[in-house]
Amino acid sequence: MSASSARVDAPALFHYVLRLGDLALVLGQRLGEWVGHSPALEEDLGLANIALDMIGQARLLLTYAGEVEARGRGEDDLAFLREHGDYLNAILAEQPNGDFGHTIVRQVLIDAFQLELYERMTASADERLAAIAAKSVKEVRYHLRYSSGWLVRLGDGTEESHQRAQAAVDALWPYTVELFAEDELDRSMADQGIAPRLADVKVAWDRRLDAILAEATLKRPADRPHSWHGKRGQHSEHLGYILAEMQHLQRTYPGARW
Amino acid sequence: MSAVFTAGEPAPAPTPAPKLTPADARVTTAWQALAGVEDPEIPALSVIDLGLIRGITPQGDGTLKVDLSPTYVGCPATEVIRNSVEAALRDAGVGAFVVTTVLSPAWSSDWITAEGRRKLELYGIVPPEQSTSLREMLRMNRPVGCPRCHSTDTECISEFGSTPCKALHRCRTCLEPFEYFKCI
Repeated sequence: MSASSARVDAPALFHYVLRLGDLALVLGQRLGEWVGHSPALEEDLGLANIALDMIGQARLLLTYAGEVEARGRGEDDLAFLREHGDYLNAILAEQPNGDFGHTIVRQVLIDAFQLELYERMTASADERLAAIAAKSVKEVRYHLRYSSGWLVRLGDGTEESHQRAQAAVDALWPYTVELFAEDELDRSMADQGIAPRLADVKVAWDRRLDAILAEATLKRPADRPHSWHGKRGQHSEHLGYILAEMQHLQRTYPGARW
Repeated sequence: MSAVFTAGEPAPAPTPAPKLTPADARVTTAWQALAGVEDPEIPALSVIDLGLIRGITPQGDGTLKVDLSPTYVGCPATEVIRNSVEAALRDAGVGAFVVTTVLSPAWSSDWITAEGRRKLELYGIVPPEQSTSLREMLRMNRPVGCPRCHSTDTECISEFGSTPCKALHRCRTCLEPFEYFKCI
């Protein structure tokens, strides 16, 4: 651990790292649901590859969170043995896959968020987070290239694909507000130079999304206040079903290995 | 090798690194052993060809520290590679060693050696662009040349191929699909 992170309030850092790790883990699990069901083999491979990268990010982040917490919990304990209310992902990640367009819109929104966040986090005062961000950002660039490429094709495609893509943008947009809603924890991490300011991430994210939506001939909905707090452990009912599937094996056969 | 020299005949020239300490010899043995460890997904290439071994350094307590860099964070081959590296080091008898995962600096496809690039090409996988600008990497303005007929009239079918590190392309001239090792 870096010298700077030794001065940091460990429970706060633990919770902050969980926010990042849980976002990646829950989205990875959601994307995994597409395996064998995608519209074409290429998309099956594409979504599965992104899912793998997400789970890879989650492993790095949850391992680090466990070390920061220093109570002997490893990545598997944190992924498979925490309850609904202990998960700290923004609830956009747990929204159902819907149709392919819905999945792609959710992906664009989160890919662009991770890209802008991780790019700035490579300069984090926390060396470990800086290293994880530097590693992950290279992959996220490809994720966004894939997802935004599809959004342009769907939005600027047929009447049907355009209408479905716009419906997905309208349905998912409200959940993006939570990604950028800075609370005390986000602020404290930014003050210590561990995380970027969410306001800066939002400016860059807005610019990127405006460009992608314009190319896709889709309309950007207005930002509205939100009333959910996945980042504080208040989730939609969807997360329960995700965890039931994801955690079933470890809970039924504790410590199972293969 | 036991060479027999008659008196008066000059002895063969010493090797370029004549003052090898026992620790250096272990490092050399370790590098040689790892040259035989194949990537599970692209067996034509060794872990050294791919630039995954970032360093082998003897520690104060005599343990050899082997720095291993993962290609993609979610690559399922990472653990297989780690196990193969450990097995090869054990088989080579290098003594106590520890394999550490290095995240920073993050692995780059620029680290694939010249030999590795040559092997990729022979294997039918187009080697990655080198040190391209971000813009070029992301938009891929330049078409990837077909490894079979060398036509540049090709298209990207999918950003993600059979492994995380490769994209799927198709040649419009010879109509064959082929893989491109992504620049990262």
